[in-house]
Amino acid sequence: MRRSIPLVATGLAASLALAACGGGSGGSGGSGGDGTFNAALTKPVNPSTKTGGTLRLANSGDWDNVDPADTYYAYSWDFARLYGRTLMMFKSVPGKSGTELTPDLAQGPGQHSADLKTWTYKLKPGIKYEDGTPVRAQDIKYDVERSLDKKVFPNGPTYFNDYLDLQGYTSPYNDKTPGKLGLKAIDTPDDQTIVFHLKKAFAAFDYFAMLPATMPVPPAKDTGANYKQHVVATGPYKFENYTPGKSMALVRNTNWDPSTDPNRKQLPDRIEVQLGINADDLDNRLINGSLDSDVVGTGVQAAAAAKIQSQARLKKNADAAPTARLWYTAISGDVAPFDNIHCRRAVEYAADKTAMQTAFGGPLSGGDVATHLMMPLIPGSKDINPYPSGPGNHGDIAKAKQELAACGKPNGFKTVLTARTERVKEVNGALALQQSLAKVGIQAEIKKFPQGDYFKLYAGKPEYVKKNGLGLIMMAWGADWPEGFGYLSQIVDSRVIRDAGNTNLGVKDPAVDKLVDQAAVTADATARNDLWAQIDAKVMDDAYIMPFLNVKGLLYRPPGVKNVFVNQGLNGLYDYAQMGVK
Amino acid sequence: MVTFLIRRLIAAIALLIIVSMVTFAIFFLVPRLTGATTADLASRYVGKSAGPQAIHEVEVRLGLNRPVAIQYWNFVKGIIIGAHYDFGPSKVYCGPPCFGYSFINQTPVWPDLLDRAPVTLSLAAGAAIIWVIFGVTAGVISALKRGTAIDRVSMGIALAGVSLPIFFTGLLSLAIFRDNLNWFPNAGTYVGLTQNPLQWASALALPWVTLAFLQAALYARLTRAGMLETMGEDYIRTARAKGLPERTVIVRHALRSTLTPVLTIFGLDLGILLGGAVLTESTFSLPGLGKFAIDSINNNDLPRVLGVVMVGAFFIVLCNLVVDILYAVVDPRVRLS
Repeated sequence: MRRSIPLVATGLAASLALAACGGGSGGSGGSGGDGTFNAALTKPVNPSTKTGGTLRLANSGDWDNVDPADTYYAYSWDFARLYGRTLMMFKSVPGKSGTELTPDLAQGPGQHSADLKTWTYKLKPGIKYEDGTPVRAQDIKYDVERSLDKKVFPNGPTYFNDYLDLQGYTSPYNDKTPGKLGLKAIDTPDDQTIVFHLKKAFAAFDYFAMLPATMPVPPAKDTGANYKQHVVATGPYKFENYTPGKSMALVRNTNWDPSTDPNRKQLPDRIEVQLGINADDLDNRLINGSLDSDVVGTGVQAAAAAKIQSQARLKKNADAAPTARLWYTAISGDVAPFDNIHCRRAVEYAADKTAMQTAFGGPLSGGDVATHLMMPLIPGSKDINPYPSGPGNHGDIAKAKQELAACGKPNGFKTVLTARTERVKEVNGALALQQSLAKVGIQAEIKKFPQGDYFKLYAGKPEYVKKNGLGLIMMAWGADWPEGFGYLSQIVDSRVIRDAGNTNLGVKDPAVDKLVDQAAVTADATARNDLWAQIDAKVMDDAYIMPFLNVKGLLYRPPGVKNVFVNQGLNGLYDYAQMGVK
Repeated sequence: MVTFLIRRLIAAIALLIIVSMVTFAIFFLVPRLTGATTADLASRYVGKSAGPQAIHEVEVRLGLNRPVAIQYWNFVKGIIIGAHYDFGPSKVYCGPPCFGYSFINQTPVWPDLLDRAPVTLSLAAGAAIIWVIFGVTAGVISALKRGTAIDRVSMGIALAGVSLPIFFTGLLSLAIFRDNLNWFPNAGTYVGLTQNPLQWASALALPWVTLAFLQAALYARLTRAGMLETMGEDYIRTARAKGLPERTVIVRHALRSTLTPVLTIFGLDLGILLGGAVLTESTFSLPGLGKFAIDSINNNDLPRVLGVVMVGAFFIVLCNLVVDILYAVVDPRVRLS
């Protein structure tokens, strides 16, 4: 029997080698195409206008929701553009221009009143649903009304709840007015005009007009929470079927008129999405060409990343896509000794950001070392580094010790560092931080919490944080959209802090709040973006946040896929509205 | 026999009630005992940007602010007579047996469980046939050929089967037989038996074999040990002395006795698998009960977790009941007693 173990092991090793070296026989495989590494960041790879074929996508989990009133994931917003149209949308182009808005259902950007509280959009004529009936402004109002109902649609963003002058309106399902259009905060003087009335001035409302909640929904077809079973399409594709947790299929919408929609293509005949696919198997299928894209687009798993980085024939089909997502450690000013700015700054200096970057997968599949909050793809971002962390970003021990002395803790102190149990990289990142802090005498005890309750019961609950002395909190934050407000408001504005479920984990600075208010009413985009950069600098100066990684996703595009490019407006995902397979 | 069956059925139902109470308590009572408020529980069912008002409304609507005993009674009542859920423009009626309503996915739990069960059933049944046939056969041959090359090879393979985790053998088999050899192009894409029997079998062939490889190894070792012990018994020597053919001695006397513990283990294994072969389903992307359980746990979807636990417990209890009945068939001593 002792002899049979090496025999079996040898056989398995040979099989593994065979599996690793072999290409796929059924799909487009790992070679071919006209791509180079990172090519899709700046241009469409394999450009084509040929129609036909099936675009095969897969998701390792379930969909958050295909209902436009109840979706909050970047990939879902990207994919939703295939079946639905919104008032505004991000330009469907590669490069920095992808972060700019362009009209979709609307004829142009919103026209605002002088006080920035009233925003008006005129719809393009001739836009129809999949059944040929015309889209009306009232249908857009109706979907915004639906999205306000957080009992039926709990998952979507709350920007309309927060900014519209609701006057007590809660839901169309409680609405007794004819047509269930009783919300006074939105007027529809005619079928082609929609007017939003806000309770407070807001200069960047066009970003709200990009949200999926502005996708029209015909009231007669609304089935509440079950509407996801058949969303009525206005985009180039319509649903053929959708089985939650398993799959969905989209086919051509013959009532979509390309003359009204310069932003999308309708290349494949059919789009199929498999749900709940094993993440490693999904990567293997991409590499062997039997799938066309991982629809979630957060990057391949560690095994595939290693394979891609070590094989040139695979690497040329990959992109390390920058995202509007930041990994950072929140430093809780409510927990001693972090109520002293110098103790917070000691952490900023001591962190070995290179070690933390390595824990997250290195520069290609992890990301770039971050030195401030606003990553380069956010408009207005200014490259600052207020706490240089020494040669190679391994931490500046001398500066950290100076700050500790100024804090009155020259020998360091004890604190608690939290991370989410299920997130292996996050836990490894916490370990790297723990080790680097130990070099200056800061002893951080790592406590892990389940990710589902992390913000609601533990790290995002100020009472728990104070009571249990959670001084350092591992955190990731992705922009709802790549712009100062969509990125920073929920993590730096002290007024968003609630009893629980917080994402602002301790930034409390009246000066920052004042700048946020100022940015909200600054109509000029350049001046507004400059204010957001000032907010970035101010929060860094306060040292409530220790950023360490601007996230990149290592994406793989099989060479058989056409028109592939990364859209920066869509959080560094491939743009599904342009993809083809012929 | 009828009394025996009735007694076992009552015990099975009592066990399921206890399981439901314990599971319910774990999700809805224990958090309260450890300091969580009902608002904390409600916060699991709202979006990430929900305010206190929205959380309070959900807390009231789901009845989380009511005593746990009443919540449990409502759960049991739903299983017996069904329940109504008022979300959106239409009320959702969840007919009996209503195992609750997923407020995260906005769907009743029971239809989802029914939808997933055939996948798990297909996987477990196919794999069970393979592992029993190959495991028991290998065990018998090994025992009869003790110390020979055949014994060593088969037990070596069995050791590998026990040692290798399914997420390794599963991904390896996909890489070799699907991606390289293209023998099972549908592997990892489940198709219903009634939709396309060939594709169903093709999609399940690798999961069957992979799962059976793991289980067969255990059964081979168990059968071998049992056979070796039984073959040394006096009654085997007596059977041989009576001049019975060796085949009859092995099959009717030795194997029959050996199968009793094998059957016990088989009942437990099959019951556990029918409740969800978590690793196999996750590795092969099969939308069965195991994958459903994992996804529900990851999403903090407690009604779904509760439902899948109940289904799993039901299958384990059912399989054990069946095994108890089969004892009487396999072992005449049980029948006599």
